[in-house]
Amino acid sequence: MKTGPVKGQEITIRGIVYDGMGAAMRDALVEIWQADATGLFPSAGEKRGKADPNFTGWGRSPGDMNTGEFTFETVKPGQVPFVDGRLQAPHVSFWIVARGINIGLQTRMYFADEADANAVDPVLTRIEHQSRVSTLLAHPEGDGTYRFDIHLQGPQETIFFDI
Amino acid sequence: MTDARDTGFIPRDRAWHPAPYHPPYKTSVKRSPQAALLSMPSTLGEETGPVFGHAMLGELDNDLIHNFAQPGESAIGPRIVVYGRVLDETGRAVPNTLVEFWQANAGGRYRHKKEGYLAPLDPNFGGCGRTITGEDGFYEFRTVQPGPYPWPNGMNDWRPAHIHFSIFGSGFAQRLITQMYFEGDPLIPLCPIVGTLKDPRAVEALTAPLDMNRTIPAAIWERR
Repeated sequence: MKTGPVKGQEITIRGIVYDGMGAAMRDALVEIWQADATGLFPSAGEKRGKADPNFTGWGRSPGDMNTGEFTFETVKPGQVPFVDGRLQAPHVSFWIVARGINIGLQTRMYFADEADANAVDPVLTRIEHQSRVSTLLAHPEGDGTYRFDIHLQGPQETIFFDI
Repeated sequence: MTDARDTGFIPRDRAWHPAPYHPPYKTSVKRSPQAALLSMPSTLGEETGPVFGHAMLGELDNDLIHNFAQPGESAIGPRIVVYGRVLDETGRAVPNTLVEFWQANAGGRYRHKKEGYLAPLDPNFGGCGRTITGEDGFYEFRTVQPGPYPWPNGMNDWRPAHIHFSIFGSGFAQRLITQMYFEGDPLIPLCPIVGTLKDPRAVEALTAPLDMNRTIPAAIWERR
Protein backbone atom coordinates (compact mmCIF):
# COMPACT_ATOMS: atom_id res chain seq x y z
CA MET A 1 0.00 0.00 0.00
CA LYS A 2 3.09 2.19 0.31
CA THR A 3 5.00 2.87 -2.89
CA GLY A 4 7.49 5.31 -1.36
CA PRO A 5 7.90 7.54 1.69
CA VAL A 6 4.42 8.22 3.08
CA LYS A 7 2.92 10.98 5.19
CA GLY A 8 1.67 10.17 8.65
CA GLN A 9 2.00 7.32 11.11
CA GLU A 10 2.96 4.01 9.55
CA ILE A 11 1.09 1.08 11.09
CA THR A 12 0.63 -2.65 10.67
CA ILE A 13 -2.83 -4.24 10.83
CA ARG A 14 -3.04 -7.91 11.75
CA GLY A 15 -5.95 -10.19 12.45
CA ILE A 16 -7.62 -13.52 11.94
CA VAL A 17 -11.07 -14.32 10.58
CA TYR A 18 -12.86 -16.85 12.80
CA ASP A 19 -15.82 -19.02 11.82
CA GLY A 20 -18.78 -19.84 14.03
CA MET A 21 -16.89 -22.69 15.68
CA GLY A 22 -14.11 -20.33 16.70
CA ALA A 23 -11.74 -21.85 14.18
CA ALA A 24 -9.25 -19.62 12.39
CA MET A 25 -10.11 -19.50 8.69
CA ARG A 26 -7.13 -20.11 6.48
CA ASP A 27 -8.96 -19.59 3.20
CA ALA A 28 -10.33 -16.09 3.79
CA LEU A 29 -9.30 -13.23 1.54
CA VAL A 30 -9.38 -9.79 3.12
CA GLU A 31 -9.24 -6.47 1.29
CA ILE A 32 -9.08 -3.01 2.80
CA TRP A 33 -9.64 0.52 1.54
CA GLN A 34 -8.88 3.67 3.47
CA ALA A 35 -7.97 7.34 3.33
CA ASP A 36 -4.40 8.57 3.60
CA ALA A 37 -3.05 10.22 6.74
CA THR A 38 -4.78 13.50 5.90
CA GLY A 39 -8.17 11.93 5.17
CA LEU A 40 -7.97 11.94 1.35
CA PHE A 41 -8.64 8.93 -0.89
CA PRO A 42 -6.25 8.08 -3.73
CA SER A 43 -9.20 7.65 -6.07
CA ALA A 44 -10.77 9.19 -9.15
CA GLY A 45 -13.80 9.96 -6.99
CA GLU A 46 -11.82 12.15 -4.57
CA LYS A 47 -12.66 15.78 -5.39
CA ARG A 48 -11.38 17.45 -2.19
CA GLY A 49 -7.68 17.37 -2.93
CA LYS A 50 -4.76 15.22 -3.95
CA ALA A 51 -3.97 12.23 -1.79
CA ASP A 52 -0.45 11.13 -0.86
CA PRO A 53 1.03 9.94 -4.19
CA ASN A 54 3.01 7.21 -2.40
CA PHE A 55 -0.06 5.61 -0.88
CA THR A 56 -2.51 3.35 -2.75
CA GLY A 57 -5.20 3.13 -0.07
CA TRP A 58 -6.01 -0.44 -1.09
CA GLY A 59 -4.63 -3.71 0.16
CA ARG A 60 -5.35 -7.41 -0.30
CA SER A 61 -4.19 -10.19 2.02
CA PRO A 62 -4.89 -13.89 1.44
CA GLY A 63 -3.82 -14.63 5.02
CA ASP A 64 -1.04 -16.87 6.18
CA MET A 65 -1.51 -20.37 4.78
CA ASN A 66 -0.91 -21.99 8.19
CA THR A 67 -2.36 -19.52 10.69
CA GLY A 68 -4.82 -17.57 8.55
CA GLU A 69 -3.47 -14.27 9.87
CA PHE A 70 -3.82 -11.33 7.49
CA THR A 71 -1.34 -8.47 7.48
CA PHE A 72 -1.42 -4.96 6.02
CA GLU A 73 1.42 -2.44 6.07
CA THR A 74 -0.34 0.90 5.89
CA VAL A 75 -0.76 4.31 7.54
CA LYS A 76 -3.22 5.45 10.15
CA PRO A 77 -5.99 7.14 8.17
CA GLY A 78 -7.10 10.71 8.73
CA GLN A 79 -10.68 11.73 9.38
CA VAL A 80 -13.24 11.75 6.57
CA PRO A 81 -16.61 13.53 6.65
CA PHE A 82 -19.91 11.66 6.97
CA VAL A 83 -22.77 12.50 4.59
CA ASP A 84 -23.91 15.37 6.82
CA GLY A 85 -20.44 16.88 7.14
CA ARG A 86 -19.63 15.59 10.63
CA LEU A 87 -16.18 14.07 10.84
CA GLN A 88 -15.99 10.30 11.19
CA ALA A 89 -13.43 8.71 13.47
CA PRO A 90 -10.39 7.27 11.64
CA HIS A 91 -11.35 3.93 10.17
CA VAL A 92 -10.46 1.35 7.54
CA SER A 93 -13.06 -0.35 5.33
CA PHE A 94 -12.84 -4.15 5.17
CA TRP A 95 -14.24 -6.68 2.69
CA ILE A 96 -14.05 -10.37 3.56
CA VAL A 97 -14.63 -13.28 1.21
CA ALA A 98 -14.07 -17.02 1.55
CA ARG A 99 -15.54 -20.34 0.60
CA GLY A 100 -18.94 -20.46 2.31
CA ILE A 101 -19.30 -16.67 2.50
CA ASN A 102 -21.94 -16.41 -0.18
CA ILE A 103 -21.90 -12.64 -0.41
CA GLY A 104 -18.79 -10.66 0.57
CA LEU A 105 -18.94 -9.15 4.06
CA GLN A 106 -18.36 -5.44 4.58
CA THR A 107 -17.19 -4.01 7.87
CA ARG A 108 -15.06 -1.22 9.28
CA MET A 109 -12.09 -1.21 11.60
CA TYR A 110 -11.85 1.67 14.08
CA PHE A 111 -8.95 2.38 16.44
CA ALA A 112 -9.40 1.67 20.16
CA ASP A 113 -6.94 4.48 20.93
CA GLU A 114 -9.21 7.08 19.27
CA ALA A 115 -11.81 7.00 22.06
CA ASP A 116 -12.83 10.66 21.76
CA ALA A 117 -13.40 10.49 18.01
CA ASN A 118 -15.09 7.09 18.29
CA ALA A 119 -17.53 8.43 20.92
CA VAL A 120 -19.03 10.88 18.42
CA ASP A 121 -18.57 8.88 15.21
CA PRO A 122 -21.79 9.04 13.12
CA VAL A 123 -21.68 5.31 12.30
CA LEU A 124 -20.64 3.95 15.69
CA THR A 125 -23.30 6.01 17.46
CA ARG A 126 -26.10 4.58 15.29
CA ILE A 127 -25.43 1.02 16.46
CA GLU A 128 -28.42 -0.16 18.47
CA HIS A 129 -26.54 -2.59 20.68
CA GLN A 130 -23.68 -0.41 21.88
CA SER A 131 -22.01 -3.47 23.43
CA ARG A 132 -21.22 -4.55 19.86
CA VAL A 133 -19.18 -1.42 19.06
CA SER A 134 -16.17 -3.20 20.53
CA THR A 135 -16.29 -5.71 17.67
CA LEU A 136 -15.17 -2.90 15.34
CA LEU A 137 -12.19 -1.78 17.43
CA ALA A 138 -8.59 -2.64 16.65
CA HIS A 139 -6.30 -2.73 19.64
CA PRO A 140 -2.72 -1.42 19.65
CA GLU A 141 -0.12 -4.09 20.37
CA GLY A 142 2.90 -1.78 20.38
CA ASP A 143 5.37 -1.06 17.59
CA GLY A 144 2.57 0.48 15.55
CA THR A 145 0.72 -2.82 15.22
CA TYR A 146 -3.05 -3.00 15.60
CA ARG A 147 -4.96 -6.27 15.99
CA PHE A 148 -8.39 -6.62 14.42
CA ASP A 149 -9.88 -10.09 14.61
CA ILE A 150 -13.13 -10.76 12.76
CA HIS A 151 -15.78 -13.17 14.05
CA LEU A 152 -18.39 -14.35 11.57
CA GLN A 153 -20.75 -15.71 14.25
CA GLY A 154 -21.23 -16.07 17.98
CA PRO A 155 -21.28 -13.71 20.96
CA GLN A 156 -18.36 -11.73 19.50
CA GLU A 157 -19.88 -11.56 15.99
CA THR A 158 -18.40 -8.59 14.16
CA ILE A 159 -20.84 -5.95 12.96
CA PHE A 160 -21.25 -6.18 9.19
CA PHE A 161 -22.78 -3.43 7.11
CA ASP A 162 -25.48 -3.22 4.48
CA ILE A 163 -24.41 -0.42 2.17
CA MET B 1 -23.38 0.48 -8.98
CA THR B 2 -24.70 3.93 -9.69
CA ASP B 3 -22.60 7.04 -9.21
CA ALA B 4 -22.94 8.28 -5.70
CA ARG B 5 -23.50 11.92 -6.68
CA ASP B 6 -25.90 13.42 -4.15
CA THR B 7 -27.92 10.40 -3.12
CA GLY B 8 -25.33 7.80 -2.18
CA PHE B 9 -25.28 4.25 -3.42
CA ILE B 10 -28.45 2.24 -3.76
CA PRO B 11 -28.21 -0.59 -1.18
CA ARG B 12 -27.66 -4.06 -2.56
CA ASP B 13 -30.78 -6.08 -3.31
CA ARG B 14 -30.28 -8.83 -0.76
CA ALA B 15 -33.19 -10.84 -2.20
CA TRP B 16 -31.35 -11.09 -5.52
CA HIS B 17 -27.94 -11.88 -4.11
CA PRO B 18 -27.23 -15.30 -2.57
CA ALA B 19 -28.54 -16.10 0.89
CA PRO B 20 -25.61 -16.10 3.36
CA TYR B 21 -27.05 -19.02 5.32
CA HIS B 22 -27.93 -21.96 3.08
CA PRO B 23 -27.67 -25.33 4.87
CA PRO B 24 -27.41 -27.44 1.68
CA TYR B 25 -24.11 -25.58 1.14
CA LYS B 26 -22.61 -26.89 4.34
CA THR B 27 -19.66 -24.53 4.61
CA SER B 28 -22.05 -21.57 4.77
CA VAL B 29 -23.61 -22.79 8.03
CA LYS B 30 -20.77 -21.62 10.30
CA ARG B 31 -19.61 -18.82 8.02
CA SER B 32 -22.80 -16.77 7.78
CA PRO B 33 -23.43 -13.86 10.17
CA GLN B 34 -26.47 -14.33 12.39
CA ALA B 35 -27.09 -10.74 13.45
CA ALA B 36 -28.79 -8.35 11.07
CA LEU B 37 -26.50 -6.27 8.88
CA LEU B 38 -26.28 -2.64 9.99
CA SER B 39 -27.62 -0.31 7.32
CA MET B 40 -25.67 2.88 6.73
CA PRO B 41 -25.56 5.49 4.00
CA SER B 42 -22.55 5.32 1.73
CA THR B 43 -19.84 7.83 2.54
CA LEU B 44 -16.71 8.78 0.61
CA GLY B 45 -14.98 5.63 1.81
CA GLU B 46 -17.66 3.48 0.22
CA GLU B 47 -18.09 5.61 -2.92
CA THR B 48 -14.41 5.77 -3.80
CA GLY B 49 -12.20 2.85 -4.68
CA PRO B 50 -8.74 1.96 -5.89
CA VAL B 51 -7.65 2.97 -9.37
CA PHE B 52 -6.05 0.36 -11.61
CA GLY B 53 -4.48 1.55 -14.83
CA HIS B 54 -3.75 -0.33 -18.02
CA ALA B 55 -0.05 0.08 -17.20
CA MET B 56 -0.29 -2.70 -14.64
CA LEU B 57 -1.65 -5.21 -17.13
CA GLY B 58 0.65 -7.69 -18.86
CA GLU B 59 0.19 -8.46 -22.53
CA LEU B 60 -1.24 -11.93 -21.82
CA ASP B 61 -3.27 -11.11 -18.71
CA ASN B 62 -6.48 -11.64 -20.71
CA ASP B 63 -5.26 -14.84 -22.39
CA LEU B 64 -5.32 -17.81 -20.03
CA ILE B 65 -4.46 -20.12 -22.91
CA HIS B 66 -0.98 -18.62 -23.05
CA ASN B 67 -0.28 -16.58 -19.92
CA PHE B 68 1.15 -19.55 -17.99
CA ALA B 69 2.35 -21.60 -20.96
CA GLN B 70 5.90 -22.32 -22.00
CA PRO B 71 6.99 -20.43 -25.14
CA GLY B 72 5.39 -22.06 -28.16
CA GLU B 73 2.99 -24.12 -26.04
CA SER B 74 -0.56 -23.57 -24.88
CA ALA B 75 -3.16 -24.86 -22.45
CA ILE B 76 -5.13 -28.04 -23.17
CA GLY B 77 -8.89 -27.83 -23.64
CA PRO B 78 -11.63 -26.34 -25.76
CA ARG B 79 -10.54 -22.79 -26.55
CA ILE B 80 -13.20 -20.21 -25.80
CA VAL B 81 -13.73 -16.47 -25.81
CA VAL B 82 -15.60 -14.99 -22.85
CA TYR B 83 -16.96 -11.49 -23.22
CA GLY B 84 -19.51 -9.23 -21.62
CA ARG B 85 -20.12 -5.84 -20.09
CA VAL B 86 -20.02 -4.55 -16.54
CA LEU B 87 -23.19 -2.55 -15.94
CA ASP B 88 -24.63 -0.77 -12.93
CA GLU B 89 -28.14 -1.53 -11.63
CA THR B 90 -29.61 1.11 -13.93
CA GLY B 91 -27.95 -0.46 -16.97
CA ARG B 92 -25.17 2.09 -17.39
CA ALA B 93 -21.69 0.93 -18.32
CA VAL B 94 -19.02 0.75 -15.63
CA PRO B 95 -15.84 1.81 -17.46
CA ASN B 96 -12.19 1.39 -16.50
CA THR B 97 -12.84 -1.15 -13.79
CA LEU B 98 -10.65 -4.12 -12.98
CA VAL B 99 -12.16 -7.54 -13.74
CA GLU B 100 -10.26 -10.60 -12.49
CA PHE B 101 -11.08 -14.20 -13.36
CA TRP B 102 -9.84 -17.60 -12.27
CA GLN B 103 -10.86 -21.15 -12.98
CA ALA B 104 -10.01 -24.84 -12.95
CA ASN B 105 -8.32 -26.36 -15.99
CA ALA B 106 -10.10 -28.39 -18.65
CA GLY B 107 -10.01 -31.46 -16.39
CA GLY B 108 -11.56 -29.61 -13.45
CA ARG B 109 -8.33 -29.17 -11.48
CA TYR B 110 -7.13 -25.95 -9.82
CA ARG B 111 -3.52 -24.96 -9.55
CA HIS B 112 -3.47 -24.61 -5.75
CA LYS B 113 -1.31 -26.15 -3.03
CA LYS B 114 -4.31 -27.56 -1.21
CA GLU B 115 -6.05 -28.98 -4.29
CA GLY B 116 -6.06 -32.77 -4.29
CA TYR B 117 -8.49 -33.79 -7.05
CA LEU B 118 -7.21 -36.66 -9.19
CA ALA B 119 -7.52 -34.76 -12.48
CA PRO B 120 -4.04 -33.82 -13.73
CA LEU B 121 -2.51 -30.39 -13.67
CA ASP B 122 -1.86 -28.86 -17.07
CA PRO B 123 1.73 -27.57 -17.00
CA ASN B 124 0.72 -24.83 -19.44
CA PHE B 125 -2.34 -23.57 -17.57
CA GLY B 126 -2.27 -21.30 -14.52
CA GLY B 127 -5.95 -20.39 -14.41
CA CYS B 128 -5.83 -16.67 -13.54
CA GLY B 129 -6.27 -13.54 -15.61
CA ARG B 130 -7.48 -9.97 -15.51
CA THR B 131 -8.51 -7.08 -17.68
CA ILE B 132 -9.93 -3.57 -17.41
CA THR B 133 -13.29 -2.62 -18.92
CA GLY B 134 -13.46 -0.17 -21.81
CA GLU B 135 -15.47 3.06 -21.87
CA ASP B 136 -18.55 1.01 -22.73
CA GLY B 137 -17.96 -1.41 -19.83
CA PHE B 138 -16.88 -4.13 -22.25
CA TYR B 139 -14.42 -6.88 -21.31
CA GLU B 140 -13.16 -9.95 -23.12
CA PHE B 141 -10.68 -12.73 -22.49
CA ARG B 142 -9.59 -16.01 -23.97
CA THR B 143 -9.31 -19.24 -22.03
CA VAL B 144 -10.12 -22.93 -22.16
CA GLN B 145 -13.47 -24.23 -21.00
CA PRO B 146 -13.04 -25.39 -17.39
CA GLY B 147 -14.11 -28.87 -16.40
CA PRO B 148 -16.66 -29.68 -13.70
CA TYR B 149 -15.33 -31.28 -10.54
CA PRO B 150 -16.57 -33.04 -7.41
CA TRP B 151 -16.26 -31.26 -4.07
CA PRO B 152 -16.69 -32.33 -0.46
CA ASN B 153 -20.22 -31.34 0.54
CA GLY B 154 -22.66 -34.16 -0.11
CA MET B 155 -21.25 -37.59 -0.87
CA ASN B 156 -20.89 -36.81 -4.56
CA ASP B 157 -21.69 -33.17 -5.25
CA TRP B 158 -20.29 -31.69 -8.46
CA ARG B 159 -19.66 -28.08 -9.31
CA PRO B 160 -20.91 -27.19 -12.77
CA ALA B 161 -18.15 -25.87 -15.01
CA HIS B 162 -17.62 -22.28 -13.94
CA ILE B 163 -15.33 -19.27 -14.04
CA HIS B 164 -14.89 -17.08 -10.97
CA PHE B 165 -15.10 -13.32 -11.44
CA SER B 166 -13.99 -10.46 -9.22
CA ILE B 167 -15.24 -6.95 -10.01
CA PHE B 168 -14.24 -3.67 -8.39
CA GLY B 169 -16.69 -1.05 -9.69
CA SER B 170 -16.16 2.61 -8.92
CA GLY B 171 -16.56 2.40 -5.14
CA PHE B 172 -15.28 -0.08 -2.56
CA ALA B 173 -18.84 -0.88 -1.41
CA GLN B 174 -19.47 -2.35 -4.87
CA ARG B 175 -16.77 -4.97 -4.44
CA LEU B 176 -18.17 -8.22 -5.77
CA ILE B 177 -17.24 -11.82 -6.47
CA THR B 178 -19.40 -13.99 -8.66
CA GLN B 179 -19.31 -17.04 -10.93
CA MET B 180 -20.17 -17.65 -14.55
CA TYR B 181 -21.77 -20.91 -15.72
CA PHE B 182 -22.21 -22.36 -19.20
CA GLU B 183 -25.53 -22.64 -21.00
CA GLY B 184 -26.93 -26.15 -21.03
CA ASP B 185 -24.82 -27.60 -18.21
CA PRO B 186 -27.04 -30.17 -16.45
CA LEU B 187 -25.06 -29.75 -13.22
CA ILE B 188 -26.25 -26.15 -12.72
CA PRO B 189 -29.65 -26.93 -11.12
CA LEU B 190 -28.10 -29.66 -8.94
CA CYS B 191 -25.44 -27.47 -7.37
CA PRO B 192 -25.90 -26.48 -3.69
CA ILE B 193 -23.88 -23.30 -4.28
CA VAL B 194 -26.07 -22.25 -7.20
CA GLY B 195 -28.95 -23.09 -4.85
CA THR B 196 -28.04 -20.11 -2.64
CA LEU B 197 -29.85 -18.04 -5.27
CA LYS B 198 -33.58 -17.95 -4.70
CA ASP B 199 -34.60 -16.30 -7.97
CA PRO B 200 -34.18 -18.47 -11.08
CA ARG B 201 -33.57 -15.31 -13.09
CA ALA B 202 -30.48 -14.69 -10.97
CA VAL B 203 -29.13 -18.11 -12.00
CA GLU B 204 -29.94 -17.28 -15.60
CA ALA B 205 -28.01 -14.01 -15.25
CA LEU B 206 -24.92 -16.02 -14.26
CA THR B 207 -25.27 -18.46 -17.16
CA ALA B 208 -23.42 -17.45 -20.32
CA PRO B 209 -25.16 -18.38 -23.59
CA LEU B 210 -23.17 -19.64 -26.53
CA ASP B 211 -22.71 -16.89 -29.12
CA MET B 212 -21.57 -18.41 -32.40
CA ASN B 213 -21.22 -14.93 -33.88
CA ARG B 214 -18.37 -14.22 -31.53
CA THR B 215 -16.49 -17.46 -32.14
CA ILE B 216 -13.22 -17.25 -33.99
CA PRO B 217 -12.58 -19.66 -36.88
CA ALA B 218 -9.42 -21.64 -36.27
CA ALA B 219 -7.59 -20.22 -39.27
CA ILE B 220 -8.03 -16.69 -37.93
CA TRP B 221 -7.34 -17.70 -34.31
CA GLU B 222 -3.95 -19.11 -35.34
CA ARG B 223 -2.96 -15.75 -36.79
CA ARG B 224 -2.86 -14.22 -33.34
